[in-house]
Amino acid sequence: MRNRLVAGVASSVLVASFLTVVGYTPAQAAPAGWCKQITVLTNRTDIAPTTFTKVYGPQFTAGPGKGTKVKFEAFTNYNQDVLTMMNTKNYGDVLGIPNSVTPAQFPKFFSPLGKSSDLSKIYRFINEGSYNGTVYGLAQTGNAGGYDVNLKDWKAAGITTPPATPAEFIADLQKIKAAEPNVIPLYTNYATGWAPTAWTNSFAGYAEGPDANNIQAKDKAPWTAGKDSYIGDDLLYQAVANKLTEADPTTTDWEGSKALINKGTIATMFLGSWSVSQFQGAGPNPQDIGFYPIPVKDPKTGKFQTYISGDVKQAINKNSKCQASAQAWLKFFEQDSGYAYSQGGINPYIKGPNGESYTIFDKLGVEYKSLNPAPAGHDSDLANVQKASGIPTDGSLEQSIIDTARGAKAGTEAAIFADLNNKWAQGVASLG
Amino acid sequence: MFKEKNKRKVIPWLYLVLPIGLLGLLIYLPVINMFRYSVTNWDGIDPVRKFIGLRNYDQIFHNPDIWHSLFNSVYYFGASIVQIGLALFLATVLSYGFRGFNVFKGFLVYPFLLNSVAVALVFRYLFQGPGITSSAGGLDWLLQHIGLGHFITQWTGNSSVINYSLAGVSVWRYMGFNLILFLGSIQSINPELFEAAQLDRANRWHQFRYIILPGIRRITALSLILAVSGSIAVFEIPFIVAGGANGSSTFVIETQRIAFNEGRVGYASALAVVLLGIVLLVTFVQRTIFKDEQVDLV
Repeated sequence: MRNRLVAGVASSVLVASFLTVVGYTPAQAAPAGWCKQITVLTNRTDIAPTTFTKVYGPQFTAGPGKGTKVKFEAFTNYNQDVLTMMNTKNYGDVLGIPNSVTPAQFPKFFSPLGKSSDLSKIYRFINEGSYNGTVYGLAQTGNAGGYDVNLKDWKAAGITTPPATPAEFIADLQKIKAAEPNVIPLYTNYATGWAPTAWTNSFAGYAEGPDANNIQAKDKAPWTAGKDSYIGDDLLYQAVANKLTEADPTTTDWEGSKALINKGTIATMFLGSWSVSQFQGAGPNPQDIGFYPIPVKDPKTGKFQTYISGDVKQAINKNSKCQASAQAWLKFFEQDSGYAYSQGGINPYIKGPNGESYTIFDKLGVEYKSLNPAPAGHDSDLANVQKASGIPTDGSLEQSIIDTARGAKAGTEAAIFADLNNKWAQGVASLG
Repeated sequence: MFKEKNKRKVIPWLYLVLPIGLLGLLIYLPVINMFRYSVTNWDGIDPVRKFIGLRNYDQIFHNPDIWHSLFNSVYYFGASIVQIGLALFLATVLSYGFRGFNVFKGFLVYPFLLNSVAVALVFRYLFQGPGITSSAGGLDWLLQHIGLGHFITQWTGNSSVINYSLAGVSVWRYMGFNLILFLGSIQSINPELFEAAQLDRANRWHQFRYIILPGIRRITALSLILAVSGSIAVFEIPFIVAGGANGSSTFVIETQRIAFNEGRVGYASALAVVLLGIVLLVTFVQRTIFKDEQVDLV
């Protein structure tokens, strides 16, 4: 009898604790759409516990948040982890849209934020986060195409102006290698996976013009000489094949590399303008970090050009019970927090100040351009072709190019590009 | 309240309810779902899962890249054979019960008890070369200081060496497991047999060949089955040490990459079903070859 009593109590305690762990708590009572706390998912593991939690969060709570607290959850493998969460209804209240979600899927997961025609008067990069005339995501900052250099290293090799063609770029790296044997001319950050994808993605529009995305959605052979995709990946191949990169790519260290480019041990890293402020802050020489334009000049005007595009798009979970709080946070983050400016990027809020990474661009008279949006009804075409082609977007393609170029993997550049064209053509065909 | 006899029949089942429930929920249900996903082209998040029949399987059998990653399992299988041989040798030596053998047993088994992610992370740093951020990595430093510096190579950067490096980590990590199995098995052989053999002036090698080997036949067969299915399904070590890059990718790494990085969960589920089929086939073949007979040692 006593044993049964003990067993009964024990099992009730077990069940109760199990339920608590699983997260079954009574719903929070709050006025409609406003909650005591909202959760924001972010990929910025570096500043989530500091700037976000200690500065932006309290500013929001005290101001437009009307007392709503903000909890930040940061993920190192942001895309993979958040995609898994999106299988349920709980993926935070505000989150960055993961890369592999296609525009056609936006309405299934995110709340509409307004009409494109209205919001494009307030924010830039609207077409990147919309579908069929409705906006679902707002860019958190804007990036300009280009790459990071250590100005001291480049100057020490006798280079005073940025290279204007891919061949000049390789020649300049070779000058750096000859003049400074202890400096790595170009650091690929191979081991991260995501860093080398800049080579494939950053050249859209430079050779083929502002309609490049729409052209590529129908092109059956984008990796052909003279086309955007070819130029980028070929440049990567040439740089590695000419031994202008690190000795052992498999052991690259992303966080460590920030300090090294600041110090001058690394001369060049091919990443967008979002990286400039991170490299400046990583050591005692912020003045040595420079940002050069992509080495492809506009064929018509002969000037350097840069295409600006939105960074990660912030969206609101369709299933969130805190729609009003989430919208208030999104507006605060975009317009008042100063995040875009602090990242040195182009401000997505048209009235906001632009960051300061572009002084060299202004001196060179670089032209700022944007890629054209897709024609109506075709918003998701490029993303769908990418998915159907089976070409990886997680960096394994670029890793493969690097391995082949350094002789670690059998193959030739021509064979890689032929295979890519083949896969892309299949993707285009599947669109019907 | 309940009749004593009924109670005794029912209580064992009650004890089993929780484990079987968890097994069903966490293993069988996902596997059944995996079969269902493998005939769709689901991307992992879309509420709509389109049925496409056996197209995924068709694609698998016409794709040479996947089979190349399966080939990497051969390195790990070779390493498992070395591992089993080494474990058998060490278990035999330890079974003679010399002074301090418990200390050696502890050292040899300890790596198996460590968390495999921690082990892989440590080896990742050990394999680093004289990088730009630090002096030579652990392994290079050791080789230099014992005079074997000319063996130094890029342990993960050199694509002809990387699979051997990773297979070596696997041997270090898992040998303890084989060692425990063999040691327990050897110690369970009747000691009178050894005494009788010594009286017949059999030396250690004869004892090993005629008493120990037949006596642990079942464990050896088990170890071989585990070695094969383990080699096919390698994941953590190449994934954490090298990210599956530079030719170190295995079938499971490719499957998870296709599922989560490329968002093709349907195709990846089909790959997982194929892997399950391969492992079942191999197990079946091994069970037929190594028939589970009773071995009479007397």
